[in-house]
Amino acid sequence: MTTRRRFLALACGTLAAGELRAQLDPNIQAKRKAALEAAISKVVGDAPVRAGKVKLDVPPLIDNGNTVPISVTVDSPMSAASHVKAIHLFTEKNPQPYVITAHLGPRAGRATVSTRARIADTGRVIAIAELSDGTYWSDTVSVVVTLSACLEDGLI
Amino acid sequence: MARVAVTVPASAKRGEIIEIKTLAQHVMETGFRRTQTGELLPRDIITEFVCRYNGVEVFRVELHQAVAANPLIAFTTLATESGTLEFTWSGDNGYLANYKAEIKVV
Repeated sequence: MTTRRRFLALACGTLAAGELRAQLDPNIQAKRKAALEAAISKVVGDAPVRAGKVKLDVPPLIDNGNTVPISVTVDSPMSAASHVKAIHLFTEKNPQPYVITAHLGPRAGRATVSTRARIADTGRVIAIAELSDGTYWSDTVSVVVTLSACLEDGLI
Repeated sequence: MARVAVTVPASAKRGEIIEIKTLAQHVMETGFRRTQTGELLPRDIITEFVCRYNGVEVFRVELHQAVAANPLIAFTTLATESGTLEFTWSGDNGYLANYKAEIKVV
């Protein structure tokens, strides 16, 4: 028979088994940082990423990390000669930092994309724009997350 | 059948920038969550969204686990000619959703 005490012990055990173990990993921050850098370098390659031109719009204080409205606008004429080829979005603390890549072109008219993301923890959100001349521009916003996505909803 | 919702203006002036908002109903299961018994829930997400304007691809998005459930994608495009805007979402486990919208350009 399952007593209340046994149930509690079992529930705590399963809780600890999941992401909590990852949370207690002393190298987790270093691992997540490496994952972020790997994700960015996979997209950007060796090209330098400069700050500017990109405007990343994220609320600075996030109550619920499960749906965070994010919009990215890039200062570009969006002509055939000079346009934004792609917009990449990353978050610093997620188990998988890559959020989206949007491919656009001169037919977009305006270089703007909006979506909703999951953000696991307080940290940076990074938007990188790839221009038609091969340069990369970025904007970084630090956000505070009170209810995180990904981690604590390990139980259903 | 997968449910989607798209807003496209019914008509636009030639050369006007129109805003398109799309929503697809999807759990976007990350593959990081566990059940009560500790088993990992397999990843189940939409991986790609494409918008075609009269058959020509004008916008494409690659999605990953960090996109929220029921992904919203809003973007703009130039109204060049009357015709059909076709939206396609594709993802894990053979997920495929399609939506077509007519636009009249004057």
